Amino acid sequence: MKRSLTLLAFALPLLLAAQSGKLPAVTVQAMDGKKVSTSSWNNGGKPMIINFWATWCAPCKRELNTISEKYADWQKQTGVKLIAVSIDDARSMNRVAPYVNGQDWDYEVYLDPNGDLKRALNVNNVPHTFLVDGKGNVVWQHNNYEPGDENELYEQVKKLAGK
Amino acid sequence: MQASTPTRPGTGRQPSVRSIAGAAALLGALTLQAQEGGQVHGNFSTDGQLYNDDEQIGATAPPQDFGLNAWGNLNYSQGGFRAGVRFESYEPALLGYPAGARYSGSGIGYRYASYTKDDLEVTVGNFYEQFGQGLVFRSYEERYLGVDNAMDGVRLKFSPDTGIYLKGVIGRQRFGFENGFTKGDGLVRGIDGEVSLTEAFPRAFPKWVEKGRNLTLGGSFVSKFQADNDPLLDLPENVGAWGARANYTTARWNLYTEYAYKINDPNGSNGNIYNNGQALLANVTYSTKGLGVSAGAHSYDNMVYRSDRAAAPFDLNINYLPTLAKQHTYNLPATLYPYATQPNGEVSYQGEVFYKFKKGTPLGGKYGTKLAVNWCGAWSLDTTRVMNDTVHYLGYRTKFFRQGDRQYFSDLNVELRKKVSADWELALTYINLVYDIATVQGKPGQSVIYADMVILEGLHNFTDRNSLRFEVQHLSTKQDHGNWATALAELTFSPHWFVAAMDQYNYGGSVETEKIHYPIGTVGYIRGGSRFSFSYGRQRAGIFCVGGVCRVVPAANGLTASITTTF
Repeated sequence: MKRSLTLLAFALPLLLAAQSGKLPAVTVQAMDGKKVSTSSWNNGGKPMIINFWATWCAPCKRELNTISEKYADWQKQTGVKLIAVSIDDARSMNRVAPYVNGQDWDYEVYLDPNGDLKRALNVNNVPHTFLVDGKGNVVWQHNNYEPGDENELYEQVKKLAGK
Repeated sequence: MQASTPTRPGTGRQPSVRSIAGAAALLGALTLQAQEGGQVHGNFSTDGQLYNDDEQIGATAPPQDFGLNAWGNLNYSQGGFRAGVRFESYEPALLGYPAGARYSGSGIGYRYASYTKDDLEVTVGNFYEQFGQGLVFRSYEERYLGVDNAMDGVRLKFSPDTGIYLKGVIGRQRFGFENGFTKGDGLVRGIDGEVSLTEAFPRAFPKWVEKGRNLTLGGSFVSKFQADNDPLLDLPENVGAWGARANYTTARWNLYTEYAYKINDPNGSNGNIYNNGQALLANVTYSTKGLGVSAGAHSYDNMVYRSDRAAAPFDLNINYLPTLAKQHTYNLPATLYPYATQPNGEVSYQGEVFYKFKKGTPLGGKYGTKLAVNWCGAWSLDTTRVMNDTVHYLGYRTKFFRQGDRQYFSDLNVELRKKVSADWELALTYINLVYDIATVQGKPGQSVIYADMVILEGLHNFTDRNSLRFEVQHLSTKQDHGNWATALAELTFSPHWFVAAMDQYNYGGSVETEKIHYPIGTVGYIRGGSRFSFSYGRQRAGIFCVGGVCRVVPAANGLTASITTTF
């Protein structure tokens, strides 16, 4: 069994080189209860940020609250759109709409209560952020959140938007 | 990556080690990634811990002195085709992991293939699925908690028209892990249908369409089969459960309700009684920019539903019974006395308000102020024992949704969060807790815990890349282990590094206990989708919960290394 582990360990760095790819088509739930396929997500050729979060995740909320302060400027300058995917399950998914509105967020918010999209994008833990280009390719990602990470994210957004 | 050297699956390996061949085959597929737009993605996660004995905190190192949980997922997709495999390794599993049946050895823990063509999706192998909010069926994973009741069988999803969704599942559930996942005894079969009225019949509801309202209705039926080998009892071999749900939404309101009914299902958890089970949950939210309000209630009566009657609480659950208690994010309230659903009988309520005092108002100040108030209470179900019932074995009688006089839990918490200047943010939290530890943690004879907690959190940005965050938490109680104090400081250097130090101090207060410090330090490095962290020190025994499920992690002393990556 050790051999197979070694095999995996060696294969991993190779795989890490392959970071881009199309956004997978998975069904999530909109805030109005309707089912939506991620294949319908688009931002008219402009970049999209896809952020995985949960109401029980402190750094996630810190990140989205920080970006929220700057979001209007980001949108104005680059046309970027942020999609916040909550992985709250049946226990806390009912808290998502009141929380989001209580924080005064302007993001598009979706629910992924059984982790279908989380699994399809191979997210281990939240927060996890993906940057998607105008053609629907995942071009950059970041796990975790530390104050200031939003600046790095925005640099990447600007690069994509050609600003 | 170039499509080049094809890997030979399983060369030079013992034929018995099928999992390696499987993993190798998948890695082989990886090298063909560039072909025809197929994609391979995955992730990897490992947590290793080197244990020390530490008598003072009651930590005992396992014989191996070491524990390792590791898994890697590989997913291949091309057009409508998807396939994937998860390799898992527990050599041996970390102390206190998993929540239920033992995990040991290395092997394949999950594998599937699925195909989507137009409105039909077929999955064979392992899958996760839920009907509604899960009162009759939910198969899911919480990897870091050690909960995984993946189905192994077949799933069909079909959408005959816009807004109409049908699902069918059949299979057996994952139980434990022994060089590969093991399965439970019982067979699980289920169907589910859902219709979103304004999408399916827009012409019938022109007003709703115009105003952005919608009503979604759903219903499901699930049945499990397990042979009756009991020499004494005449047990039902097929146990059916059905559920119905409705969700009405407008721009500001959201009303959700779900009901479930289960026929008699004598099992190890309910004392082999022949009562039927039922559950009802209802939740209403109102929200508009800057304000969010929610209220919820539920009642669970004899709703343990497992694909093996003899299964332990964490194993082979077919349904999911969420708790209404808030899942706290701070260490003390999150892991010391968290509430877990009582599936045999519970009545619970919750209410919550989020409000933002706008910038420029007296309470909002220059940057605005955020307020959150949350309350949850849970009680026993009012039941009357049926004595000398040697014919029906009903166990008890009850009036649905009638609250009993034993309080299991209550949590009232208030949080104020405010940015006080351009580079300082503060948050103050107060929590009042009532916790029936005898019921919730199964410690009979222990008295109910009444605790008050105060938490101050601060965040200071030195520059736009460097910051310091601190938390000071205090819990005072006259019961159990008495008072706790926690201090945490975290220095971050975006986007790559962080250093954190934490000390927890159990000083008993009015309770006679040894005064114990639990210091621990952590260093972490993040790059893109990868995260590496190392901790050294003492970890207090804690309870880690997701949903209504909580895992007890024993106290430990040692070095922990964690690596996660997504690609």
